[in-house]
Amino acid sequence: MAFIEFKNVSKGYSGAQGFSPVLKDINLQIEEGEFVAIVGYSGAGKTTLISLIAGLIKPDSGQVLMNGKEIQGADPERGIVFQNYSLLPWLTVYENIRLAVDEVLSDKSKEEQDAHTLKYIKMVNLSHAKERFPKELSGGMRQRVSVARALAMNPKVLLLDEPLSALDALTRATLQDEIKNIWEAEKKTVLLITNDVDEGILLADRIIPLSAGPGATLGAPVQVQIARPRDRKKINHEPRFKEIRKEVNGYLLGLGTKPKLTLEKKFVLPAIEPEDLDHPRNLIPGASLTPIRSNEVKRERVEV
Amino acid sequence: MSEQFEKKVKDYLILPLFGVVCFMVLWCVICSVTDNLPNPIKMWHKSELFIYEPFAKRGEMDQGILRFTGLSISLVGQGYLVALIFGTPLGFFLGLSKLFTKSFDPIIQILRPVSPLAWYPLGLVLFELSPEPSYFASLFTISVCAMWPTVLNTAVGVRAIPQDYLNVAKVLKLSRSKTLFKVLIPATLPYMFTGFRLSLGIAWLVIVAVEMLKGQPGIGGFLWDAYNAGNYSLVILCILVIGLVGFTLDRLMSLVEGKFKTA
Repeated sequence: MAFIEFKNVSKGYSGAQGFSPVLKDINLQIEEGEFVAIVGYSGAGKTTLISLIAGLIKPDSGQVLMNGKEIQGADPERGIVFQNYSLLPWLTVYENIRLAVDEVLSDKSKEEQDAHTLKYIKMVNLSHAKERFPKELSGGMRQRVSVARALAMNPKVLLLDEPLSALDALTRATLQDEIKNIWEAEKKTVLLITNDVDEGILLADRIIPLSAGPGATLGAPVQVQIARPRDRKKINHEPRFKEIRKEVNGYLLGLGTKPKLTLEKKFVLPAIEPEDLDHPRNLIPGASLTPIRSNEVKRERVEV
Repeated sequence: MSEQFEKKVKDYLILPLFGVVCFMVLWCVICSVTDNLPNPIKMWHKSELFIYEPFAKRGEMDQGILRFTGLSISLVGQGYLVALIFGTPLGFFLGLSKLFTKSFDPIIQILRPVSPLAWYPLGLVLFELSPEPSYFASLFTISVCAMWPTVLNTAVGVRAIPQDYLNVAKVLKLSRSKTLFKVLIPATLPYMFTGFRLSLGIAWLVIVAVEMLKGQPGIGGFLWDAYNAGNYSLVILCILVIGLVGFTLDRLMSLVEGKFKTA
């Protein structure tokens, strides 16, 4: 039995323009200790997917199971790192993490809670900034606080919702390495949502592409059989790296997954009258003297 | 540095002074046309006594200007406090519950524009049996009138709490009270303080009207008394003091408000 399982899950939202489906027939199985990356377009429903596991929203049909039991509401056992950090701006780094620790380790003593909090602040290298407020931190530091908060909940599964998409390339690389190291040390079940295939290849055991919405669905998973620990420089030379990239991109860009877009345009060529020089001029008296004209209405079909 | 300093002197001293001078000139021009209105110098001589002995009490309606102001501020303070105590939770309910909003928003929108002059008699009737009907009626009037900005701003603030913060509370499974104190209230504070500031402004507007109706000792009562006695210098003095106090209160509140602006 899989640790986390989606069974024919569909979810949509009803808005001003009526009901719009976001996810359709999602089937997914994640084993315990596995690192799974879901790669997809912006707006394809990735955040919806992760909110379903987190228990923040309920599916319209189908089931989301964890350990065979249906997920009922949010719970700290599924720690989540939100795309936009979601730190509480009126609390310091320490207080933000402590808030989570207080809930999860409510039966422990104050000293143990304190030590636990400090341990995770140290893990993400923020010990020097623990008394700062979120607005005094850079984007990368905020995201590290968010990761520390999620890890400090001692979750059974860690959900990462595009955690690095708002960061610059350098910070992104550093944090990818940090996430990689933490995962290798803790071996937690992780679900990473990203729009960056390379990030998925570097971190995950398995990459699953999510097709473009509306009514997005998951493609065939691609196994990342690259030995760990992975090194971001060496990985580029792995033959498997390019294959995986091609496979995932192939699915995402593949014509089969997206509706074909056909443009039909009517061209009216200018009424200039060029003469077709291939035709010999008919100079026989009595016959028409007008040259053959090539202006006419043209129809053109373009497939995107 | 000197250039910056010069600009500051110009912006904060010379230009405002120019405004004051213009105002004085206009005042003198009006005085030269009508006999009733005292000019600035005459006004100063007439009100000297109330300014030089600001805390003197010579009689019920004959007290130093700051003593009157103090009485008014104390009454405003009490009414304002009542307004906050009732207004803030009401705002929270409006912000949190759609059902509550749909039920009570129409009635609030109708009561909101009602003038303090209209509430005061109702207050007198309501507190008829109390030991001091006029005191309770004033309190009632101030609270009811001053409450609305707090109610509405708090409600807007609660509705504007980012879903992210609520998601954090959900994921951490925070208890209801912890969600309220750790998430909802801190997230709403900036809006609440905007409401508090507007409420204080209204409370200060209302006090003058209430005191004039009742003729209680206080800055508004004093103004009305001076008018009845034909002492227009004191009327102008009162207007100036009311303006200054209102301005100071607003500044103080916006300082506090600024402290609570997050992110």
